[in-house]
Amino acid sequence: MTAAPQINPLRKYVREDRMPHFFCPGCGCGQVLSSFLRGVDALGLDIDKMTAVAGVGCTARIPVYIKMDTLHGVHGRTLAWATGIKLHSPDTKVVVFAGDGDAVSIGGNHFIHAARRNLDVLMIVVNNFNFAMTGGQVAPMTPPGSVTMTTPYGSGEPPFDLCALAVAAGATYVARTATSRIPQMDLAIEKGLKHSGFGVVEVLSQCPTHFGRYALGSASPAKLLDWIEGICVSRERANSMTSEQIEGKLLTGEFVHKSRPIFKGSTFIQESPSDKESAFIEGCPDKKGECRP
Amino acid sequence: MGQEGAAKEKAAKENRVLTGVHFMQGNYAVVEGALAAGCNFFAGYPITPANEISEGMSKRLPAVGGVFLQGEDELCSINAVAGASLAGAKAMTATASAGYDYFQEGLEYGVAVEAPMVIVDVQRCRGENFATQADIMQVHWGPAGDHEMVVLAPSSVQELFDFTVRAFNLAEEYRTPVIVLSETTIALMRERLVIPEEDKIPVVNRRWTSKTPETYLPFEAEEWGVPDFAGLGRGYHTIYSINPHDEKGSIEWDPDVFQRLYTRIPAKISKHREKISTVQHYRMDDAKTALVAYGSEVRPCLDAMTMLREGGKKVGVLKLDVPWPFPEEAVSDLGKRMDLVVTVEMNTGKYAGEIERACSGRCRTGRVTKNRGLIHSPEEILEALECMGEVS
Repeated sequence: MTAAPQINPLRKYVREDRMPHFFCPGCGCGQVLSSFLRGVDALGLDIDKMTAVAGVGCTARIPVYIKMDTLHGVHGRTLAWATGIKLHSPDTKVVVFAGDGDAVSIGGNHFIHAARRNLDVLMIVVNNFNFAMTGGQVAPMTPPGSVTMTTPYGSGEPPFDLCALAVAAGATYVARTATSRIPQMDLAIEKGLKHSGFGVVEVLSQCPTHFGRYALGSASPAKLLDWIEGICVSRERANSMTSEQIEGKLLTGEFVHKSRPIFKGSTFIQESPSDKESAFIEGCPDKKGECRP
Repeated sequence: MGQEGAAKEKAAKENRVLTGVHFMQGNYAVVEGALAAGCNFFAGYPITPANEISEGMSKRLPAVGGVFLQGEDELCSINAVAGASLAGAKAMTATASAGYDYFQEGLEYGVAVEAPMVIVDVQRCRGENFATQADIMQVHWGPAGDHEMVVLAPSSVQELFDFTVRAFNLAEEYRTPVIVLSETTIALMRERLVIPEEDKIPVVNRRWTSKTPETYLPFEAEEWGVPDFAGLGRGYHTIYSINPHDEKGSIEWDPDVFQRLYTRIPAKISKHREKISTVQHYRMDDAKTALVAYGSEVRPCLDAMTMLREGGKKVGVLKLDVPWPFPEEAVSDLGKRMDLVVTVEMNTGKYAGEIERACSGRCRTGRVTKNRGLIHSPEEILEALECMGEVS
């Protein structure tokens, strides 16, 4: 007797009729997709009541493979859409999937304002260090000096530190992780999903097809993961390093995890005192002495 | 709902429609029209001469249970409106010409995913707040891709109210963005406005699907029809993508899928053109010369008509309430009946080309156009007609 075939329990969330997916072999987007679904499953979230928001790019195709309401296809406007959804329908949990270009190149203005407002949205930024879908052009997080399709003599553009930008602009949960560190990535995404307020999880990810070949001279996903590991330094370890040693590295871990009022609109009529008393404050028992989720 | 909640809801309802006679600025009339139509989400970015719309909305909407957002830019405003609409809201944004440039992207999305949205463009001159009708082509052809835009052009403060209500209703009926093409002239003018009783104002609401998620196809519709709506967060697992998609909403690269989609989306509007693109005839029964105008330019045309009629000239006015979709039947009918058809517009001559095309050489045509930051005076129209020769 043969054992029943093992079926990945996350398959129930996947649009199987959309397979095979369109990611290149060795791309990190599939790992982020899995990690997100593990988070949803572990937390027991009702995916029917959630909405994914994605713009344009490889990362933006992640939710297209999930059985979930999804907005897709306008570059850089993910957070603008999310703002409309959350303000009208605050109970809908919204997760944004954005590449580095979508998030802070064309979408940079929305990014800082969503952070400032503490929009109640989790934004998973898959940073593969270049514009991948369009053929590997320089992006806001491309390391200086990198050869890309549009920087044939090396990039003369200083990069953003996305997490520092998010923290400075007011995001209330910010973490950086990498596809080379699956347990840490899972933890960061899970915490991001649990968080109420603007959360940013930056996932450093491999693009063997473009960034690998042009900038690093290798299309091997394993070599790219090694390279990512080489530039990662945990926040704890960085404490005992000199500024010269940290130069050019990316800190990983959590940068902020705090609570402040979430965005409800540019102006609104204050709730009456009786409403206020029963208002939910994160982590605090309400009047009935129960902790709400 | 508790007693207090019920009282709040009742107060919000009463406050929504300000029935009565008012002396109101055009921009505020838009606000009141939107509220009467059921608007519950507004996003806008500051720009003159559209500011009073945001201002009015920021005060009125929260008081009736709606949401006001001042976007960080127009891109935020238009896309927040798209997001809110897909979440089920009756959503609106407003801007003036320069801000409208940024809307193309969000409009392209709204057309593609069939999101009801209302957009107000208070036309102004490039960089300054003088009167113009220079956006008449942009409001139709701005966004990339094949589409048919619905554009309403009010001529008065009363019509700013009435047409805003109608814009919401058309947006819901056809699941599409609808533009209210305002102008500096009427937006900043104060005039008499009559707001009817709430039950006298026709309101069209979202047509929610009655199907289950298992049987629902989000973009399935009759040949020139409009799909039923499911919205977000209700378990229907819909992909609202700008990319070519089939009836299931799946992104597809099949030419037949492209053709089906890109035929139905414009056709759901163009095939209902006669119902949408209403016109008004003024003394057209025996007219041999027709003045054709939309928006505030209708006003000097009516004055010019009265003056010419006093001199025994058989002149009428065709007022186009809805310049887009182009009222083909009404205009081509002029070609058959008139000796002379004259387009009057406040730009260098844009829409006139469409009028002349529809008359297709069957009558004489002329243009009275200018872009000087000023509306035409009736005298200017008379002078221009004189230059065109015999007006019978």
